[in-house]
Amino acid sequence: MPLSDFQPVIGLEVHAQLLTHSKIFCGCSTAFGAEPNHHTCPVCLGLPGVLPVLNQRVVEFAVRTGLALECTVKGTSVWSRKNYFYPDLPKGYQITQYDQPICEWGRLVIDTPAGEKVVRVRRIHMEEDAGKSVHDATASAGQSLVDLNRAGVPLLEIVSEPDLRDSDEAVEYLKSLRDVLMYLGVNDGNLEEGSFRCDANVSVMPKGSTVYGQRCELKNLNSFRFLKQAIEYEVARQVDVLESGGKVLQETRLWDVNKGVTRSMRSKEEAHDYRYFPEPDLPPLHVADALIEETRGALPELPRAKRQRFMSQYGLPAYDAKLLTAERPLADFFEACAPHAPDAKKLSNWFLGELSRLLKEEGTTVSSVRFTPTQLGELLGAVEQGTVSINAAKDVLGEMFRTGAAPANIIASKGLAQVSDVGAVEAVVDEVLAKSASEVEKYRAGKKNLYGFFVGQVMKAMKGKGNPTLVNELLKKKLGD
Amino acid sequence: MALTLEQVRHVATLARLSLTPEEEQRYATQLSAVLDAVAQLQSLDVSQVEPTSHATLASSLLREDVMRPSLPPEKALANAPASVGTCFSVPKILE
Repeated sequence: MPLSDFQPVIGLEVHAQLLTHSKIFCGCSTAFGAEPNHHTCPVCLGLPGVLPVLNQRVVEFAVRTGLALECTVKGTSVWSRKNYFYPDLPKGYQITQYDQPICEWGRLVIDTPAGEKVVRVRRIHMEEDAGKSVHDATASAGQSLVDLNRAGVPLLEIVSEPDLRDSDEAVEYLKSLRDVLMYLGVNDGNLEEGSFRCDANVSVMPKGSTVYGQRCELKNLNSFRFLKQAIEYEVARQVDVLESGGKVLQETRLWDVNKGVTRSMRSKEEAHDYRYFPEPDLPPLHVADALIEETRGALPELPRAKRQRFMSQYGLPAYDAKLLTAERPLADFFEACAPHAPDAKKLSNWFLGELSRLLKEEGTTVSSVRFTPTQLGELLGAVEQGTVSINAAKDVLGEMFRTGAAPANIIASKGLAQVSDVGAVEAVVDEVLAKSASEVEKYRAGKKNLYGFFVGQVMKAMKGKGNPTLVNELLKKKLGD
Repeated sequence: MALTLEQVRHVATLARLSLTPEEEQRYATQLSAVLDAVAQLQSLDVSQVEPTSHATLASSLLREDVMRPSLPPEKALANAPASVGTCFSVPKILE
């Protein structure tokens, strides 16, 4: 059977670092990028005689996330020990939740070419992160280095059902989930720094079958592109194995970025016996109904709902609405500007065009923009009234972006005002036509592509400030079109 | 409930214990006896009893999300058999 006769089946496990100030069970900082082992204490180093004390914000964030993903939030959940040996796990076990996680059975709606799709979320649980092993040049041969700053940083693990059917759906789910977590303010969505991580469970079955194939777990997928590439590679690999009469083995496979392949991590296999048992140092966690209801009431509008509102309230196309609402600060700024702008679609064009370009160029976010919504409204109004050309307005926006100066002042001081006075433009048009008698003759004789030449001459004479609509109107009139 | 030697070896591997053949035998016997003792509890009907994972506190105590000073790195590393800079140094991790 060819590849196209097989149906991929994919589920994702996401680990999201929570945006708390301190670690999950101790007061050490969670800040990224500190010198190695500068954020450690007896608790997160796993020294004898210490006890973990749960950070309440971790619970609040877990409840918030669970409700946003329409999960059931459990009144009682239980901590467990997951036992394994690795140098970046100082206690020899990870404190996590196993058979009684804090949230179960939610869902996330994503967009696919065939329309909306519901992806079920099986569970969400809280756990501590491990430290980091460093294998770089500072380590000599036969040596690895360990930094425990990250040990004990709070994580949410969010596990989907195997409801995804191709790599594009997997990417869309991961992006949508990231957007939700960032909207909720619980995670910074940074795949590169590893604060938002994803493992993929991938299997294949013949199309039409209802029995899943044996699955492999893919690791090291630290970008959306790698997730897509790794799934596509893995699906083709599993089909090859089956087609040549082999069996897919359940195993953990690492995405090799350089070679573009997944390869088996054999050492992980025997360690899969984690011997979970209830964590004796932490009693079961009780979450009060009051906290759940209070959190539910305080949930922000989520990306999907906001996108739909942007379409209905501002009359924006789905494409614009999706881009504008992907990140909450941009959406908020758009809504702050909208009442001041003459037209929401044009405002959207400025947001997705020139403003996005400026933000990207400066490597900054919308929160550091210096101009106010009113000022942006003034600029768009000036374009609308023909006071400045669109091109000049782009320069003005750049200046506003950098200095926060008022658009009217920038237009005046840079002499960017567009000439919309009929008499003034007409005088220039007349002058140009008079100087170009031979071209005018040829034009009237049928050489219509000379039109651009006249526009060019008028604009040159007016230093680019002629109102283009007016210039066109007058030229056409005078040329007898 | 008799534990097989194979099971004893598996548990020993997971716990990073290296046992002599005599020890494997002895632990198989001892651990089987422990399991037998626990197995007696299976005869009780606990269908109406809430599972108890903890005998003490009813619920977790929570703390505010407030940062507290960490150890100076030299203290954090004081017990390490080997270190490089402020990193723990361990035998090379393969993979």
